[in-house]
Amino acid sequence: MTPIRYTGTARVLHWLAALLIFCGFGLGLFMTGLEIAPDKLRYYAWHKWLGITVFLLAAARLAWRAGHSTPPLPVTMPAWQVRASRFTHAMLYVLMLCIPLSGWIYSSSTGVSVVYLGLVPLPDLVPKDREVAKSLLLLHNSLNYLLAAAVTVHIVAALKHHFVDRDDVLTRMLPGR
Amino acid sequence: MRLFRPFIPSLAMLLLASSGVGAQAVLIDKSEIRFISKQMGVNVEGRFRKWKANVDFRPKDLRKSRAEFEIDLGSIDLASEESETEVMRPRWFDTARFPVATFQSTAMKDLGGDRYEVAGKLTVKGTVRDETIPIEVKKDAAGNSVATGEFTIKRLEFKIGDGQWGDPAVVADEVLIHVRMVLPRAG
Repeated sequence: MTPIRYTGTARVLHWLAALLIFCGFGLGLFMTGLEIAPDKLRYYAWHKWLGITVFLLAAARLAWRAGHSTPPLPVTMPAWQVRASRFTHAMLYVLMLCIPLSGWIYSSSTGVSVVYLGLVPLPDLVPKDREVAKSLLLLHNSLNYLLAAAVTVHIVAALKHHFVDRDDVLTRMLPGR
Repeated sequence: MRLFRPFIPSLAMLLLASSGVGAQAVLIDKSEIRFISKQMGVNVEGRFRKWKANVDFRPKDLRKSRAEFEIDLGSIDLASEESETEVMRPRWFDTARFPVATFQSTAMKDLGGDRYEVAGKLTVKGTVRDETIPIEVKKDAAGNSVATGEFTIKRLEFKIGDGQWGDPAVVADEVLIHVRMVLPRAG
């Protein structure tokens, strides 16, 4: 039987990822403009931990999707909107995996290792190189603006489904039963 | 990738080298002075791009052997240009007043099995401390002598990064210095 709502697990993972993405993105914008100081180093460490957590959540959500079918889209939806929805969701998943990876590689290229939560040392993915680091930072930033665009489309579409189309596309992901 | 800027020997070192006291020209391009510091518990690599060395290493006559280094602190290579600018400031290296760090050996000891101990005086930011560096000397394929050594200094003993940066939980007190010197084959 096809479910009409997302399971509790799927909803928790979705909102947790949303919260962490907003925190990580905001912290990223904020910390880069700061004068160098001990707090700045702390924020960078937290930003990396947030990113790695987002990566792990995205992997967990893909694993969930492999074992569950998602609730169907309303039959009234035009085909182009179904395609747009699939494309945006695919992009969100790709970016949730690629952005933390790009940050991790960037950190390696500056000669700074990443230790998840200050406990789990991650391997350095590339050797330290100033020029490579500049390109990787540009990549990390560009992917983030792409994510901001995709998230904006995602939110606007969800609100349009709820307030204009008045279907269950938003409510089936909301908390509560 | 260019690892080192051209080596510009000082006048004193040119005189030393030409006076035939036996100083060996360290192969700068093959040699390195690197370090690892810990920030927020995480290893951060760095190195010095510019330094001078005056080494006269005689395994069979250690009393006549000596090693002198002069490190251009402004040539530091860190994670970012922002960090590099920061460490020039008075609370770190204060390069305006103390542009170089020096090491002058005072004694060398043979520990057997290609291993030696180099004792000397390390001067950074006006503070002089006795350091002992264990080294290992091997021959490479070209017949050059390759000396490698590692030792740990405590940055706060040299007042490197005090004030708001004094918290070792953010930047650890211990800094691991790794030195690799390649000396050309004699003769």
